[in-house]
Amino acid sequence: MALIELHDLTKTYKMGDVEVHALQGVSLTINEGELVAIMGPSGSGKSTLMNIIGCLDQPTGGQYLLDGVDVGALNDNQLAEIRNQKLGFVFQQYMLLQRRSALRNVELPTLYGDGRNRRERAEAALKMVGMGERMHHKPNELSGGQQQRVAIARALVSNPRIVLADEPTGALDTRTGEEIMNIFTRLNAEQGITVILVTHEPDIAAYARRIIHVRDGKIGLDERNEKVTRPAHAPETVSAS
Amino acid sequence: MARTEQLRSAPRAARINLSTGVWESVRIALESLRSNKLRTFLTMLGIIIGVWSVVSLISIGNGAQQAITAQVEGIGTNLLYIVPGAQQGGPGAPSTSSELTLDDVEAMRRSVPEAEYVTPMFQGSAKIDGGDISQDVQVTGVQAEYSIVRNLKVARGQFITEDMDAGARNVAVLGGGISEDIFGSSDPIGQSVRLNGQSMKVVGVLEKTGGLSNEDAAVYVPLNTGYKSLFGGRATTAASYRVSNILMQARTSEAIDLAQEKTEQLMRRRHKLDDSGKDDDFTVFSQASLLSTFNTVTTTLTVFLGAIAGISLFVGGIGVMNIMLVSVTERTKEIGLRKAVGAKRRDILRQFLIEALVMSIMGGLIGLLLGYGTASLVGFLFSEYITPVVTLGAVMLAVGFSAAVGLFFGIYPALRAARLNPIQALRYE
Repeated sequence: MALIELHDLTKTYKMGDVEVHALQGVSLTINEGELVAIMGPSGSGKSTLMNIIGCLDQPTGGQYLLDGVDVGALNDNQLAEIRNQKLGFVFQQYMLLQRRSALRNVELPTLYGDGRNRRERAEAALKMVGMGERMHHKPNELSGGQQQRVAIARALVSNPRIVLADEPTGALDTRTGEEIMNIFTRLNAEQGITVILVTHEPDIAAYARRIIHVRDGKIGLDERNEKVTRPAHAPETVSAS
Repeated sequence: MARTEQLRSAPRAARINLSTGVWESVRIALESLRSNKLRTFLTMLGIIIGVWSVVSLISIGNGAQQAITAQVEGIGTNLLYIVPGAQQGGPGAPSTSSELTLDDVEAMRRSVPEAEYVTPMFQGSAKIDGGDISQDVQVTGVQAEYSIVRNLKVARGQFITEDMDAGARNVAVLGGGISEDIFGSSDPIGQSVRLNGQSMKVVGVLEKTGGLSNEDAAVYVPLNTGYKSLFGGRATTAASYRVSNILMQARTSEAIDLAQEKTEQLMRRRHKLDDSGKDDDFTVFSQASLLSTFNTVTTTLTVFLGAIAGISLFVGGIGVMNIMLVSVTERTKEIGLRKAVGAKRRDILRQFLIEALVMSIMGGLIGLLLGYGTASLVGFLFSEYITPVVTLGAVMLAVGFSAAVGLFFGIYPALRAARLNPIQALRYE
């Protein structure tokens, strides 16, 4: 079932007097439960595409249907609700609030939407990423990999349909990066969450079954990855509770 | 359509969440303010000083006003003062030379039916000797009615009677303070003091009043006694006796204006001012006018001081705005993140507005406590003269004003935060 449908999507910025055509007719369908990587060099338009898919930005032309809803017709508040309920974001720089514990960081999205059982849901999300033991630590007491796990838990706490990860391993060493990718793989396989990775690293993209290459504001190549990277070892976090 | 339903149900969840949202915003605000303690304190200081000065100045001003009012009203009710000389500058201004006499008093008693009492007084100074005390005091010659008109409270003995005055007897009534100075705790009634060497028997002592009045140091003698043996030649004229001023008590408060008018006409006639077209050489003023003069002065002073304090509160508000703008800039990424995870404009607006409000209201409350403390300290140190009054109005004014300052100066930074584009905010370095 199509979760994301892009039809001839365009995005044009005005930079002073110059018009920048960041997206020039992108058509794309992503089905529920897919693990997709979007690759492309900087300036290719992949960030713009990711912002639009993440409902942080709206297209200039074309149509974007998210779960059947025409995103182009929504106002700011409706976009915020969609981000809150259907999307989870993971950023390269973790984006955790430094003064609050992991738990309270994970609770953040629930402040702007469904606040029921906030604490329990945040704890469950942290356990899911293997951070059940350290949920009262503040970000500066955690390693980079642990911080990114907390960020993933925050993306999961609202039970989203889609997790959007923008260079999620960009700030991590290779081994820690693998651990993070294992979590995404597992979430996708076990919970059927649609994961969209934005990366410029082929090693990271290799975890995805489908790799979409963006170039000059267009889809260059939309390939099926036959050699999906499998978790090297079963992550110990699965059984952590 | 399950999907659209899901979308529509969202605002309901948000509404349920509103109170948690406010609480969460207060919590975030406190966290953020705590993380920059010095900065928060310095910013609040502007509000603190503003509210502090507003509260203490207004309450001291109110206290002064009440003290003066009580003082003036304690003198008696429905009073008119007739004093010699034209007084352009209101009560207390130097008077031009002219005189009032006992004949004027008699004329008023005859021709102003609105007056319940008309009673003269003559003020002079004398040296008093008694006990270990020897000092110059003001001696007032009065008639028996004076104590009624002036509402004087006799603590011991009695006030001067008509007989004492008629017989020009050597008796005196002392103020509570001077009686204590001379006789200490022993009973002064029946004992003697010397006024300019003349022995006077103490027949009465007034209650101690305290406060701004000089009643405690007063020495009263019968008017005729004064003329006979204390005041000397300057108290006499060719035909009559001079009086320092005349007190008139109107029968009712409604009769005051008419009594004043009739008195003025009478005096113009008696002083033959109408024939020569001269200005008044006497002044009649009422207790009410005296009170309103004082009140005008103290109110002006209170408003003036309050306005200066208000300006410092305003300046404090600018400090709040400045820091809030810095805070918004510093937390641009945080705002971006919050928007990415679903915060709406109004959520961000509320968060920063509450932060500004928390800061200014906390400052306001601290300032209020300090102001209350200052007022209490002033009341404690100068309890004889003034009891500062911290009115509910002043409290509400101060706290309301500081909240308004927070709201007014917080709205622009908060709007700026709310309007941030999430993508740019997330990328902000």
